[in-house]
Amino acid sequence: MDYEILLERYQNMLSNYIKVRGERALYKGQQFSRKMIEQNVSPEEVVSLHIEVLNNLLPDLDEKMYASLEFLLEVMIGYGFAYREHQSLRDRQQQLDSEIDIAANVQQSLLKGKVPDCDFIDIGVISQPAKKMSGDYYHFVMDDNNCISVAVADIVGKGIPAAMCMSMIKYSMDSLPEQRMQPGAMLESLNRVVEQNVDPSMFITMFYGIYDPRIQEFSFASAGHEPGFYYSADSDYFDELSAKGLVLGLSRTTTYQEYVKTVGPGDMIILLSDGVTECRTEKGFIEREEIIAMIRRNMHLSAQKIVDNVFYELEKLQDFELRDDFTLLVMKF
Amino acid sequence: METQASVKIRNEWDIVQARQLGRELSKEMGFGQVDQARITTAISELARNIYLYAQNGEIDVEAFGKVGRIGLKIISTDQGPGISDIRLVMQDGYTTSGGLGAGLPGVKRLMDDFKIHSQEGRGTEIVAIKWLR
Repeated sequence: MDYEILLERYQNMLSNYIKVRGERALYKGQQFSRKMIEQNVSPEEVVSLHIEVLNNLLPDLDEKMYASLEFLLEVMIGYGFAYREHQSLRDRQQQLDSEIDIAANVQQSLLKGKVPDCDFIDIGVISQPAKKMSGDYYHFVMDDNNCISVAVADIVGKGIPAAMCMSMIKYSMDSLPEQRMQPGAMLESLNRVVEQNVDPSMFITMFYGIYDPRIQEFSFASAGHEPGFYYSADSDYFDELSAKGLVLGLSRTTTYQEYVKTVGPGDMIILLSDGVTECRTEKGFIEREEIIAMIRRNMHLSAQKIVDNVFYELEKLQDFELRDDFTLLVMKF
Repeated sequence: METQASVKIRNEWDIVQARQLGRELSKEMGFGQVDQARITTAISELARNIYLYAQNGEIDVEAFGKVGRIGLKIISTDQGPGISDIRLVMQDGYTTSGGLGAGLPGVKRLMDDFKIHSQEGRGTEIVAIKWLR
């Protein structure tokens, strides 16, 4: 808006208000202020405009009144300062947001591991970041012998630092093919990588397991990761899939015990990140039993349907507000 | 047009003197009320920086012409400790005096042209210009 037009419009509105004092005139003033904000007119300019208009409308106004308005103008300069800084910080915020969006896309393409498609296990996965970037990680690999390995990791801490750390984990795992049949050795190698390369304030918990269909055994090890569940079809019972082990990155010499479970048809293995068990409801943290109950209610469905439905139920319980990165995996044998 | 005046900054009262100089010159040159206030505020901030961080320095104001344009130039020089990280102090939101929007980025925005040169242990020179439209 041209300054002359601005002046004229302001003058019309002000003279109208001085005459009739109606709410309508005030409403126009409010709309006008919005327009001025859009055009980056700063507070001191508004006061200056006001003084000029007043000069036109009431030329006989007391000199002292003008002096007081000049004083006001001077005081408003400081607000103009703050206003402009606010605008520039807002621009910077937008720029940061778009950078994070790009980084999140890069991460998503890194994360997008293919879930193996095979006839002896039905696999369902859901992984949702709380913010734009996730500190959760999962990865499946199927080798030439149809052995399927699965890793779930949770980087303690959220957001960008966690996400950067996650990328490192992914590449380290890719470069350790000899250990992939031995969960304990795999975690020991990763532990050394993390210990050497990651800031001591960051911890990573990880579950690593591999299923060998030839002997129907699932061997696994855990580095302080949230225990998963094992469902036995024979006894129709959910058990903790617990394994002992220190989190990655604490000490260079940590060793990890390997556990083996024989898995039969109809059995299930459920892996998760603590974002699942730390879902907060009005009554406090959700109980692991409640998660088991949710899975049980859905276990006649496909693995993907199970995780989708459980996620939806938990999301609903928390009014659709995710506080932590959420990852849930179901393997139906 | 060549008018020049300067004020040494040693105490808070000198800040007011510097403001006064800027106000008079900008008025004389025909700047509008808002620009007068902006120029004065810029001078005020620069003088205050000298007073707070360098204890010893001066503010010069001058009217000068350049290829058909007339501008008011503020030169702030001090022999203070200098600024070790200029990029940091030129960042919005960074200020040691705690005021919203104050500091050098604020001054830069109030003026049309802004140049800063600083050497640690030697002092700081800032040149800021407002063009008469």
